[in-house]
Amino acid sequence: MDDKTSVKAIISDAAAEDITRIEELAYELKIREVMTTQAHTIRLDTKMADVLELMRTQKISGAPVMDQDRVVGIVSTENLIQCLVDQDLESEVNKYMSSNILFARASDPVVEALKLFVNTKVGRLPVIEDNKLVGIITKGDITRGVLKALQRDYKTEELRRYRASHLFEDIESDRTSVILRYIIKPRDFVHGGTASSNIKKALQRLGGTPQITRKVSIAIYEAEMNLVIHTTNGGTIRVEIEPHIISIDAFDDGPGIEDVELALKPGWSTATDEIREMGFGAGMGLVNISRCVDSMKLESSPEIGTRLKMKINLDDGDQGINSDATKK
Amino acid sequence: MNVNELIQHANGKLLSNTTDLNREIKGACGADLMSDVLASIKPEAVLLTGLCNPQVIRTAQMADVVAIVFIRGKRPPVATIDLAEQEEIAIISSPLGMFELCGRLYKAGLPSLEGSMVDFSSGDCCDDAN
Repeated sequence: MDDKTSVKAIISDAAAEDITRIEELAYELKIREVMTTQAHTIRLDTKMADVLELMRTQKISGAPVMDQDRVVGIVSTENLIQCLVDQDLESEVNKYMSSNILFARASDPVVEALKLFVNTKVGRLPVIEDNKLVGIITKGDITRGVLKALQRDYKTEELRRYRASHLFEDIESDRTSVILRYIIKPRDFVHGGTASSNIKKALQRLGGTPQITRKVSIAIYEAEMNLVIHTTNGGTIRVEIEPHIISIDAFDDGPGIEDVELALKPGWSTATDEIREMGFGAGMGLVNISRCVDSMKLESSPEIGTRLKMKINLDDGDQGINSDATKK
Repeated sequence: MNVNELIQHANGKLLSNTTDLNREIKGACGADLMSDVLASIKPEAVLLTGLCNPQVIRTAQMADVVAIVFIRGKRPPVATIDLAEQEEIAIISSPLGMFELCGRLYKAGLPSLEGSMVDFSSGDCCDDAN
């Protein structure tokens, strides 16, 4: 792939996401929310010399022309230039204004104004509500409004993250913990791993370091796939997160492991060829888990089923969930 | 090496849409056993594999894999592609076989991110998330 195509691909991917949100906003935001309300208006009998003065001093490029309460035209720099060419500044505005006016409704979504801007040459639209002029909208107003809304989105997301990662600091109790429970279905190889994926995201959100998050995720994923592969009726994963420790329980109701000691030996597996073809059943799952966790206990009997308990300490090396809170 | 350069070296075709092609890849791991991947791979690697089921993506996600190359022109099922896009992991199909692909990437300077069985007992590779 050459440089050109790669650049193009990057822009289209990155832009695609933003555009979608901006498109959404064009429908969500109302014209009322982005328009300029304190718009300058010009009376029908104003002289073009005064229009020029208003535009120059107020740094505006156009304004609606009013006959009493009614908008009867729009005067823009384009009209003003024509007037200057004609050297006709003493004329009244109604001679130069465009009286073929398009309106935007305050209650309409921004996209309606955008359509008019795209399909016509106009640069500004008077905004009406109940037949009265309530503001002016330009492309600049829309850009500013959309940017503000995007910033708002961003802040909300930041706040959500901040709150999750400070959960343990914000809530006072003698022992605070978050418990997550997941039901694992047997032989579901399409959705197997979803619980681990959700737990990984939860840990990231709660402010777990990449190292801890990775260890816990790998251990839980191996445990989850064991439930998918080996159980009769599936099982349950329960994760309890506390500031200093994560405790994980993966349990099922059968068929149980005949020889627990043998099951813990690297390379030992009862998996079928079909399971092996999918990349599992190499007899390394429990070995992997034991490497990722600080303690592990495997209990099993044919009558009750299997229970795998794992613990990961978060205190050592100061890399726990929200380590600031644990230090206090 | 970034994802874009990886595609070039692998003569590959990008199969996922939610990919940052500038994302840096720190090394590679070639394996068809998912437990091997989970046991040995270090973070931010590319995984070279002949397996195409959705569990490859889940494995990659748990192990912080940046990209996956399916060897010998294999095309994964839609479920795999969907999951890769959802988890923002780049997936690439390469016509090359495992041996040749490993050779080419290694020659291009990409280091191995596979931990050996010797490190296995010490639990090194899990802690190695820099």
